Amino acid sequence: MEPASRLDQNHELTFREFPYIILWREDRCMRCGKCTAVCPVKAIEPAVSLQRLVKSEDSVPAPSLVRSITHVVKQVTDIERYCTGCGTCTLVCPTAAIMPEYNPFNKFLFYKNRGGEPYRRGGRRNDPSASTLDKLKFTRISMLTDPALDAGRHEFYIRTLLGRIPPADKLPVKAADGRLIVDKGEFIPPVREIYPIMIGSMSVGALSPPMWEGLAMGVAYLNEAEGLPVVMCSGEGGMPPRLLKSRFLKYFILQIASGYFGWDEIIHALPHMKEDPCAIEIKYGQGAKPGDGGLLMSYKVLKLIAEIRGVPKYVDLASPPTHQTKYSIEESVAKMIQSMSMAWGFRVPVYPKISGTKTAQAVLNNLARNPYAAGLYIDGEDGGTGAAYNVSMDKMGHPIASNLRDCYLDLVKQGKQNELPLIAAGGVGKTGNLAANTAALIMLGASAAAMGKYIMQAAAECFGDEYNRCSLCNTGRCPRGITTQDPKLYRRLDPDKVAERVVEVFKSADIELRKIFAPMGRSTQLPIGMSDGLSVGDKEIAERLKIDYAC
Amino acid sequence: MCRLVAITSDKYFSPMENVLALETMKEGHDGSGMGLVLKNLGGEFENLKEFPVLSAICSKDGMNALDSYMDRQGFKPIHTWTPKIKPVKGVQARDYYFARVYDYPPAIKDSPKEEKEGLLLKTRVALRAMGEADESIIVFSFYPDVLSLKEVGDPLELSEFFSLHDAPLKAKIIFAQGRQNTNYAINLYACHPFFIQGYFSMTNGENTAFVPIREYLTSRGNPGYIGYNSDSEVFTHILHYICRDLAYPLTYYKDVITPLKDSEINNRTDRDAVRLLKMSLRPLCIDGPNCVIGAAPDGATFMVQDSKKLRPGVVGGVKGQYGLMSEECGLDSAIPERDKSKDIFPMKYDMVIISPDAGEVKVWNQLHG
Repeated sequence: MEPASRLDQNHELTFREFPYIILWREDRCMRCGKCTAVCPVKAIEPAVSLQRLVKSEDSVPAPSLVRSITHVVKQVTDIERYCTGCGTCTLVCPTAAIMPEYNPFNKFLFYKNRGGEPYRRGGRRNDPSASTLDKLKFTRISMLTDPALDAGRHEFYIRTLLGRIPPADKLPVKAADGRLIVDKGEFIPPVREIYPIMIGSMSVGALSPPMWEGLAMGVAYLNEAEGLPVVMCSGEGGMPPRLLKSRFLKYFILQIASGYFGWDEIIHALPHMKEDPCAIEIKYGQGAKPGDGGLLMSYKVLKLIAEIRGVPKYVDLASPPTHQTKYSIEESVAKMIQSMSMAWGFRVPVYPKISGTKTAQAVLNNLARNPYAAGLYIDGEDGGTGAAYNVSMDKMGHPIASNLRDCYLDLVKQGKQNELPLIAAGGVGKTGNLAANTAALIMLGASAAAMGKYIMQAAAECFGDEYNRCSLCNTGRCPRGITTQDPKLYRRLDPDKVAERVVEVFKSADIELRKIFAPMGRSTQLPIGMSDGLSVGDKEIAERLKIDYAC
Repeated sequence: MCRLVAITSDKYFSPMENVLALETMKEGHDGSGMGLVLKNLGGEFENLKEFPVLSAICSKDGMNALDSYMDRQGFKPIHTWTPKIKPVKGVQARDYYFARVYDYPPAIKDSPKEEKEGLLLKTRVALRAMGEADESIIVFSFYPDVLSLKEVGDPLELSEFFSLHDAPLKAKIIFAQGRQNTNYAINLYACHPFFIQGYFSMTNGENTAFVPIREYLTSRGNPGYIGYNSDSEVFTHILHYICRDLAYPLTYYKDVITPLKDSEINNRTDRDAVRLLKMSLRPLCIDGPNCVIGAAPDGATFMVQDSKKLRPGVVGGVKGQYGLMSEECGLDSAIPERDKSKDIFPMKYDMVIISPDAGEVKVWNQLHG
């Protein structure tokens, strides 16, 4: 007998299983077809539908049945073409006839593993609850005992140091005739003074050309026109060769990751470099998928990307989880830092980037003893990368707040808190509080904070959010043109506009940082480790972070 | 805001001069306590200069414990000064106030100065730990030629309580602070001036960088870097760390606590060193409206302040006697005969240094080094 499922469509999903349901208003729709044309996932399509209408055209009711064929916009029930709620359809609709609506009862994760492929969602953790960073408040306010500072009028100096700082008792200085002189023969590690909010590592390749270019232009403008020494990291995969040989290189941190993509170009460009890069970042891990490698999908590896990275076009570029040529963390950290330092004549700070994990302190202790290590970058669980599997994002990793705090207090215990800067990332500005999250991390002990998702969302008006909206970053079909190599899509993004937004974001964050630091009485030095400035309305968090509880 | 009175002179004078100056500045302190530190002692201490003086307050039990501990360590008491206590309303008398001069244990008698100073520090810290829980022993200083006296109450009433006006207590450098207890519960260990191995200082203002500085200092491994009941105790320890541990000249204290901007550093002839110091000692930047008055073991006294200090302190006097104070009226009371037009109000780049025996006043400008 014929199974019923073939007859009554019982194998299909209902809209209720889907994260977003399209609300389409037939009465407003003029059937222009724009929405179906722009939908990046083809979740809606034009269709025809047979309608049965009851009509009455007489002066007295005389209903008659009319059957007509009309054009409709139909949401498909194919789980591979689920509506991501990006809202591109709404944006292009001339009559405001279409809008996706979030369905909190969805059972999406039960079904989205077709082809045996687990779900990936573009590096977004999709946890809308407030992070620990967002729960922290600044509660040490100077008002009565002494004049408070004026964030608007007072002179502020918000800068941080990137690089290993020799301890005072090891400085090559000696007193002679009431003044100190420096013994020039001694090696003094390179240190950069930078803005305490960095743009974290996002590669050319992961980002579209206009997005990466926009960020880079914004950073150059901030440095040269606004006097804010903001730096950004290249991500794995190198940089356009022209930029490597330009005077702007000093605003960039070059990343070397386990796939070594792009390093061929960098090494070849070395003799032609006019400037040293700001620093070298050696990537061991990232917040979104600790213990997992990187991946640039084949469909993003176009000509330019293939050339920069020195690989064939259209192949998956998988970086292994570890640097495969190194035997242990000690060897890995020591050798790589040494060789990278050597490549630039020990003039460039070199530091590793790891995922937030319980072993971060072990790595830190290792670095603390390495005189060439320039810092440690820790990426907490809220950090992102498009290629991360859902399960990694949900279930792996360590929140940054306590991980950073442990590491900082470890340095304090060793008396090395000023020697080795900690860079914290993972969820900075997740809910829009860029400056507040940065300030909180600094007061917990970070020398700088890095952010990636926030700047993408702010600078390119990204659609995605933590309710699983859009999250197409990994598919190469970003409707905003941020994380795609498809010219049809990335043409939507104007690099000049991106650069302008980058500048605006940093200028306003700078004002916000002053608004936080001024009432706490700090203006010339970053309040690194000023934990008495922080409070939280959660006893357990307070205890864990060793800060005040205030409710 | 606390009121600060430091007087340095080439002749011995009585701490009453400081108390009276504090009295003229009365509006600024709330009478929640007074701290006195005397250096280059005169009177009955004049001939005991090379022997360490232990300044402490004890209960009866504490006194016994202290005596037996000192005996075990080999310290022999050779002289004791105790104030004549006059009951004063509002001041709660404790059992024993005293400054006792000891002879060094025989084993260390001929050791170098550093070793002796190390032992004195260790002993002071040990005594403090012994009596901290029940406040049976409160010890302020243990060092040759230095005496400390502190108590809760109004300065003038305290001077009566200790009978300072007719006490033979005299010194050439006397620091006094009238407390304004704004931040913490009243605790004698929070009372300025703070002392460590010949360095002492007192402060007014607000130290917003207290926690990072405390964490930095306590992680230096010096057993004396403890306490921190006040947010300004750290200033004394920074002074000690810079001048003793790192052996930098005194002026670099200013460079460490209030570093110059990078553009300003370029004007200094020692710019390379200053730049390194700024980086390496970054956690010790005070970054708040503070005025620090301090003294080094050689008897030099100084005043510095942060650029955010809106009302600077004042330094003035005559050759042989100078005052460093938080308010001008205090200086008028202590040294009325001076030429007021020569008073110095140190600004953000200045460090006023008065040489030992009040011989010379120098304004060192940080911009020019």
